[in-house]
Amino acid sequence: MGLFDLFFWKKRQATASLAKDRLSIIVARERRGSAGLDYLPQLKQELLAVLAKYERIDLDQVNVSVEREGDCDVLELNVVLSDSASPRNGALASAFG
Amino acid sequence: MSKVVVVTSGKGGVGKTTTSANLAAGLALHGFRVVAIDFDVGLRNLDLVMGCERRVVYDFVNVIRGEASLRQAVIRDKRLDNLYILPASQTRDKEALTQDGVAKVIEEFKAAGFDYIICDSPAGIEWGAQMAMFFADEAIVVTNPEVSSVRDSDRIIGLLDAKTHRAAQGLEPIKTHLLLTRYSPERVAKGEMLSYNDVVELLRIPLIGVIPESPAVLQASNAGAPVVFDPSSAAAQAYLDLVRRFVGEEVPFRFLEPVKRGFFTRIFGGGGGESFAYAG
Repeated sequence: MGLFDLFFWKKRQATASLAKDRLSIIVARERRGSAGLDYLPQLKQELLAVLAKYERIDLDQVNVSVEREGDCDVLELNVVLSDSASPRNGALASAFG
Repeated sequence: MSKVVVVTSGKGGVGKTTTSANLAAGLALHGFRVVAIDFDVGLRNLDLVMGCERRVVYDFVNVIRGEASLRQAVIRDKRLDNLYILPASQTRDKEALTQDGVAKVIEEFKAAGFDYIICDSPAGIEWGAQMAMFFADEAIVVTNPEVSSVRDSDRIIGLLDAKTHRAAQGLEPIKTHLLLTRYSPERVAKGEMLSYNDVVELLRIPLIGVIPESPAVLQASNAGAPVVFDPSSAAAQAYLDLVRRFVGEEVPFRFLEPVKRGFFTRIFGGGGGESFAYAG
């Protein structure tokens, strides 16, 4: 540690707890098995195709994810409509038990 | 009764080969007849870490293909005459490791009266890693307190439960043990590194050892002598503790807390990370 560091000593962030939180989420997700998640990319593509019929959709603005909440899996679909003229800019969500 | 033990991790560079060498040497120091098999076909290194690289004539794949007998291929350690290694081949053909071939080699070691057959797994979850774990009775999952290593270990634990001989035959599952390597209690205390408790909580398998980060490990592999042959370092003692736990002894864990550094060490530095020497 140089002299410089002594004067500009910053408290380093404790990142271990961050690592643990991130790991507990990813490990829990991967343990449930990836079988149920395999269809997600295709589901995303097909939903996009349907949405594209009615709205102008930006590919990067679509997010599909599955989260576990208690005993049920929640499928979350988030679409940001790209048309700035539209006041309906927002999210579309659906949940399956 | 022979025991087949796989040393595995998923992620590379976490200390599988170092652990295989030290587990094998440590068990041999207890008087057991031990062989360490290098499953890393194409990238053999166990011979180098054990210091017998210049004595390799035939290898694992030669034996499987019938080009050499097991007796011709195994190398007896120069320090302990109950310690052997079977080197991996340098061929790039990974298919060379057939399941039947591996089964035959392991059966032959069992018939020859080896107490422990240590399988040093390659990194990854491909064929070589699957073959290394397939016939195992027990597994040592080597993990660094670091996110990618922990995640990969979790994947490997899943495979140990599902894709092995014991799982296929509906036998009692493989007994898995967690080994943490490159552990730095100082960094854990500062909140910069996952603690052993964190990792145990995440992976949910019993802890068999914690090896502190130590320059002695690199020096040992430089010299081709497993670190347990010189028990002066913290890493060597932690490995020897692990071996004793592995054979069923109750051994308290050490090197989990930061070392209090003395006045002179604080001022002048030194210790070079091997702060154990100052533990008093």
